[in-house]
Amino acid sequence: MTERAPGFATLAIHAGAQPDPTTGARATPIYQTTSFVFNDADHAASLFGLQAFGNIYTRIGNPTNAVLEERVAALEGGTAALAVASGHAAQVVALQQLLSPGDEFIAARKLYGGSINQFTHSFKSFGWNVVWADTDDISSFEAAVSPRTKAIFIESIANPGGTITDIEAVAQVARKAGVPLIVDNTLASPYLIRPIDHGADIVLHSLTKFLGGHGNSIGGIIVDAGTFDWAGSGDKYPMLTQPRPEYHGIRIHETFGNFAFAIACRVLGLRDLGPALSPFNAFLILTGIETLPLRVQKHSDNAKAVAEYLSKHPAVASVSYAGLPEDKYHALARKYSPKGAGAVFTFSLKGGYDAGVKLVSNLKLFSHLANVGDTRSLVIHPASTTHSQLDDAAKIKAGAGPDIVRISVGIEDKEDLIADLEQALSA
Amino acid sequence: MNHDTYPDDYIRGILNGVKVIAMVGASPSEIRPSFFAFKYLVQRGYDMIPVNPDHVGKSLMGRPFVASLADIGRPLDMVDIFRSSQHIMPVVDEALKLQPLPKVIWMQLGARDDAAAEKAEAAGLKVVMNRCPKIEYGRLSSEISWMGVNSRTISAKRAPIPTQGMRLSLNRTSVGGGATSAADRAAKDRSDPT
Repeated sequence: MTERAPGFATLAIHAGAQPDPTTGARATPIYQTTSFVFNDADHAASLFGLQAFGNIYTRIGNPTNAVLEERVAALEGGTAALAVASGHAAQVVALQQLLSPGDEFIAARKLYGGSINQFTHSFKSFGWNVVWADTDDISSFEAAVSPRTKAIFIESIANPGGTITDIEAVAQVARKAGVPLIVDNTLASPYLIRPIDHGADIVLHSLTKFLGGHGNSIGGIIVDAGTFDWAGSGDKYPMLTQPRPEYHGIRIHETFGNFAFAIACRVLGLRDLGPALSPFNAFLILTGIETLPLRVQKHSDNAKAVAEYLSKHPAVASVSYAGLPEDKYHALARKYSPKGAGAVFTFSLKGGYDAGVKLVSNLKLFSHLANVGDTRSLVIHPASTTHSQLDDAAKIKAGAGPDIVRISVGIEDKEDLIADLEQALSA
Repeated sequence: MNHDTYPDDYIRGILNGVKVIAMVGASPSEIRPSFFAFKYLVQRGYDMIPVNPDHVGKSLMGRPFVASLADIGRPLDMVDIFRSSQHIMPVVDEALKLQPLPKVIWMQLGARDDAAAEKAEAAGLKVVMNRCPKIEYGRLSSEISWMGVNSRTISAKRAPIPTQGMRLSLNRTSVGGGATSAADRAAKDRSDPT
């Protein structure tokens, strides 16, 4: 039997899922249960001591969630994954394994506004200090490295402007600093970009966006690339390398090899912090993932058509979309995201803030809400919503100035989307 | 054999083919990876023999410790070595003195000795380095998928419900290449001095 690697679309449907052993059900069942019975006392002890593979309690793992985890790990080319309740929860759980109070991590300044907020304010209460760097200036990442740096965090396609990050260049900085590179791949999805192929050690997603894809379920996931050398990191990452008192003194990295980070996130992070994903949400997200390649291609194709239309419109001052040949990030888009530049981007109107507000209220098909990656086309004014906590200078640095409108292009007929923009811009 | 990455068929053939496994460096301490692996392989139906001179007189899962491979006194299919890389060669030398010869030398996650591997392969044995048989068995049977691990296999067939002492089917369709390519590359980068 020769081994052949199934393609992306095959994995999107099959990875992690097989007919249910008990009933033969072909679709992945929703194991809507809090707990799982043990065979006997020894089985229970083996599971609690991490000696056996199996289910204990849905806060630690669930068979429906496990299918989702293996599916996304396979699509990203990682060794293992852990699904959690939201993208924000994924960030907390992943960083908890890496940072102790007083430690630092470096993050790109162009990020989802919610992440900027979480890193700046909430993480401060844990004693985790974010140091900002500029995605367009790789030397700013190098300059930010200190002995307390424990990770570097970037987005592959950055929110809100759809800008493309030079993942390989940042990966080199991380490699040199001896810290893992964490890439939030939410806006690209593994269909467009697989950050692990470019040097990421950990990939995070808000499953809420393109992976789930239908705007019906909140979720997040952490993918372990299996690439980071925990054994060679000394005592820099005690959660992975020191004997864990929670588990009778086992060392996670020596027991679990190249998926140790995912296990640490599960048995130290999720178990104790508690942001478990509902199995029902996992089921809905899994159903979404089955059509990921079809949807993301259509999203990207539609976005390109809409961006081209807007870039020629007399009322539009500028369009920030890496799929346009004249865009500053077009070369990076061709390198990292050749199938398309995603579906989330921003543009500014010559009429400034007031014209943006008017456009949003005049649109009939685009929904005005704070999400991206839905089948439906969405629109928002970041300066007054997702990025409203930032001051004006920080808004502009994050690509969310007062004159900016962000859209997430859906998979409707592109002619209808363009017609809606046309009527709203001329109203 | 290229020891940077193993085709799934190679690992599958070994795990399907062997029955009697001597684990050198087996530990009775319940927090040691060797204990986890020993127990798991017993539960999956392998005939396991713990080898460790420090624990003779004790037993592991009801199986008495022996001091050395020579003390086992019956044919072995595989020697699973739970020792660090610098302690591999003497164990391989000892294994190669057994009559009949074992079929497989397996070195645990983190252990690699290319000279010892070459010697064993020259004597006709199969060699696996820097892998855990528990993880590989769990991966190829997809049992490990319960932990969110990428098994790198897919199947449209209904799986049996695993019970104690039962051998699971390892014959799923492989996605190819053992571990993921990125993890393999990283492991190779670490083993190559630059």
